Amino acid sequence: MGFTYSEKVMDHFANPRNVGEIENADGIGEVGNSKCGDIMKIYLKIDDNTITDVKFKTFGCGAAIATSSMATELIKGKSIDNALNLTNKAVMEALDGLPPVKVHCSVLAEEAIKSALSDYYKKQGVDPEPIVGKIEDSDKH
Amino acid sequence: MREIYADNAATTKLSPVVLEKMMPYLTDVFGNPSSLYGIGQTAKKAVEDARANIAKNIGAKNPNEVYFTSGGSESDNWALKGVCRRLKKQGKNHIITSKFEHHAILHTCKALEKEGFEVTYLDVYENGIVKPEDVENAIKDETAMVSIMYANNEIGTIQPIEEIGKICKENKVLFHTDAVQAAGYCKINVAEQNIDLLSMTAHKIHGPKGCGLLYIRKGILIDNLIEGGAQERNKRAGTENIAGIVGLDAALQIAVDTMDERNKKLKKLRDKLIDGLLTIPKSRLNGDREKRLPNNLNMCFEGIEGESLLLRLEFKGISASSGSACTSGSLDPSHVLLAIGLPHEIAHGSTRMTFDESTTEEDIDYILSVVPEIVKTLRDMSPLWEKIVKSED
Repeated sequence: MGFTYSEKVMDHFANPRNVGEIENADGIGEVGNSKCGDIMKIYLKIDDNTITDVKFKTFGCGAAIATSSMATELIKGKSIDNALNLTNKAVMEALDGLPPVKVHCSVLAEEAIKSALSDYYKKQGVDPEPIVGKIEDSDKH
Repeated sequence: MREIYADNAATTKLSPVVLEKMMPYLTDVFGNPSSLYGIGQTAKKAVEDARANIAKNIGAKNPNEVYFTSGGSESDNWALKGVCRRLKKQGKNHIITSKFEHHAILHTCKALEKEGFEVTYLDVYENGIVKPEDVENAIKDETAMVSIMYANNEIGTIQPIEEIGKICKENKVLFHTDAVQAAGYCKINVAEQNIDLLSMTAHKIHGPKGCGLLYIRKGILIDNLIEGGAQERNKRAGTENIAGIVGLDAALQIAVDTMDERNKKLKKLRDKLIDGLLTIPKSRLNGDREKRLPNNLNMCFEGIEGESLLLRLEFKGISASSGSACTSGSLDPSHVLLAIGLPHEIAHGSTRMTFDESTTEEDIDYILSVVPEIVKTLRDMSPLWEKIVKSED
């Protein structure tokens, strides 16, 4: 590999936090596709505008798994607004940076959370687009 | 923890015996072979002795058919650009190669296409082997050269070189083969196998990095790639890499002397590992099982991505390689795995392990003890695996 990962990336890859699924999740988002080699799926449990639990499953490289893990850590216990404002840059900074060819993994993590929140609003009968923005279809990524 | 180097197709450890033979030329005998005084002439003799011995080991009739280069990539570039550009002046602007050549060939072909060459990229089928009849069918009046690798660098499949050489000879078309991976594992006899040009490098056979060769059959006209001094009979300028050349010769000699016994041992270990890993559900061996290098294993495990697998292998002390997109920075997985017809999502989950004579049965048992667990861990967190399992129900 023509790059090295930071210690934090390696830690989150080796010991990913919040791996798994949530039964009866309030929001589920999936982004990426297998053709590109990355799929992220995020499960949210939301009570009273707060993300009380979050789990993920990821098919992808070390950076894809590490960014999923870090992104879930950054939104766990936070408000929906906080989660909506999470940027890929924040995920990268929290991981002490990513190699340039891996930046797209952090973008995917941001999109996965937005996609899960979008699903949450849909389930509440609210149009998510004005709040979350347009979410790309995972197949077209 | 056990440390296993399983990436000998990437590069190999320099043999201590080879290093010992190189040492004088890295120390006292530092002269320039173009110089007339003692240490210059001693160095020159070392280069010419190596050339003669290498010629013998690859079945070349004349030592002057062996040209030293900086390695496999230079040899491949030189063979194609040097010969084809010259033949183009005679109206021969067509090249035949395969879809799964090394990038040193494929990217050179792309560059030649921009110069007006037409290139036919032959299919390699599911087993990763070029069909000689496809070569014959692709040859036309304008064909300048056929370039087919001896053995593939990712999946280790061995090509029918002798048959292709015969077809090229009958059709009066030049035949080049990139034998970088095959050298040391497959018999090379350029005369018997009708090979006109052959690329080889030292560092894949326990020699030093930075030294290779191009065999050019006598009588073939080739333009220079590197211009300058009169080295290599005016064909390849640059002060000779004496230690490298001595190392290449020593490494090839050892490889030739030990080939049969080593291949037998490696094949046994490889087969044990293949059989063991194939017991993992949804796993597959890439490339023909029999016609492959004795030290090469290339497998896919569905539902997981190659780089993740590699990183976790490294945690367990195993250095392996992958055809995964993530290691190259592009979104496309290995062109070799796509060429044998694997869908993208499966090709992303490949791993290559390539062994050498230092590999032991205990190493293989250790790999077999850790890989299934790693695959399971990654599958447990993979939404793709979830889909694969669901589609089975």
